[in-house]
Amino acid sequence: MAESIHLEVVTPSGPIVSDDVDIVSAPGYGGDFGVLANHAPFLSTIKIGSLVYKKDGKENFLMVSGGFCEVSNNKITFLVESAESGKEIDVDRALRAKERAEKRLAEAKTQTEKINMARAQAAMQRALARIRVAEKHGK
Amino acid sequence: MPSLKDVKMKIAGVKKTAQITKAMNMVSSARLRGAQMKMEAFRPYAGKFNEALHSISSNMKSGAFALMQEREVKTVEILIVTSDRGLCGSFNANIIKMAEKLMNKYEAAGKKVTLVCVGKKSNRYFRKTGKVREKFVDIMGNFQMFNARAIAQDVAANFIAGGSDEVHLIYGSFISVARQLPKTMPFLPVKSVEAEDAGKTETKQAGDYIYEPSPEEIMDVLLPLYTNVMVYNAMLEVGASEHAARMTAMDNATKACKDIISNLTMVYNKARQSAITGELMDIVGGAEALKG
Repeated sequence: MAESIHLEVVTPSGPIVSDDVDIVSAPGYGGDFGVLANHAPFLSTIKIGSLVYKKDGKENFLMVSGGFCEVSNNKITFLVESAESGKEIDVDRALRAKERAEKRLAEAKTQTEKINMARAQAAMQRALARIRVAEKHGK
Repeated sequence: MPSLKDVKMKIAGVKKTAQITKAMNMVSSARLRGAQMKMEAFRPYAGKFNEALHSISSNMKSGAFALMQEREVKTVEILIVTSDRGLCGSFNANIIKMAEKLMNKYEAAGKKVTLVCVGKKSNRYFRKTGKVREKFVDIMGNFQMFNARAIAQDVAANFIAGGSDEVHLIYGSFISVARQLPKTMPFLPVKSVEAEDAGKTETKQAGDYIYEPSPEEIMDVLLPLYTNVMVYNAMLEVGASEHAARMTAMDNATKACKDIISNLTMVYNKARQSAITGELMDIVGGAEALKG
């Protein structure tokens, strides 16, 4: 593990991570992708999901919500609307949010409210991603 | 000559005012710290965002996207961001004045002007003109990204639908605690980099990027996000400027109160002295009369 890539995760409420890491894996537009040192310039949108980076053999998990990421000059920058590490996540709250979203999705089908449905789906995805990240962190 | 009692009451009243302005000053300075921190936390995001957008848009035609489309300008929309509350000096008045100037300029050129007001103060001022297309009030207190998104989406949708051909953004930019200036910025259509800084040859290997999905699809996601970022940034700056302006205004008010108090105390003392002198004269006069 001689070479590393510089990872930066920036959100509207400030930078979250700025570190040299070995590998980064993130939920991209066409599915999860991994980035190692000296990757070719790359630009992708980011979906809601978990971002994993490895440093000194230790895996770290972050829950990220929509945004995009840029790789250039051995530097990977994530610009996302929010990012939370496993220990920051309130699992109970995420579970509640999931239930709420489930209920809304069930109701939305009868009301056929497209906008609310999309919002509930996004909320659901966020909740699920949070729960997953929190679980991994707990292990 | 006002009576002793009147002056005394007036002094007490001014003292109370000074207490309030002092408290407001302190509240604002505490809030300013929070707003400033929020603003500073956002800067790296905004900076990186612009970088990325520029590197993508530099090799793309601007006409391809609804938000970058340049049309013949018939309707100009002005997005005005002010605070919800007053008592912050000439801060809001300056923004409104600038907006009005811009409005008059476009109207003189025969264009139609519509307004979108963010913050109570601008809405209250422009309400009567009948040009306000949309207003967003009572959100400056504790705003979040989604407030900005709602505003940006509304303005962008109107632009795409042809309701406006050009959008300008006016807000109070935060320069320092002692200085806040109103600022105008072109908002829509989003200009591509070549148009902005032609001459600079800094296109950093933009063509070599691997895009996922296609650059066009990425732009479809990025452009609306970009408008969010602009609006959110404006709101953050107005938030910080408002508190900074109020701090200065309230500090001045407190000083003015102190001046008034010292003047009134002088008047009070003079009145008291002359009353004592008058009484003494009476006593002395009475004693003289008895002697004689």
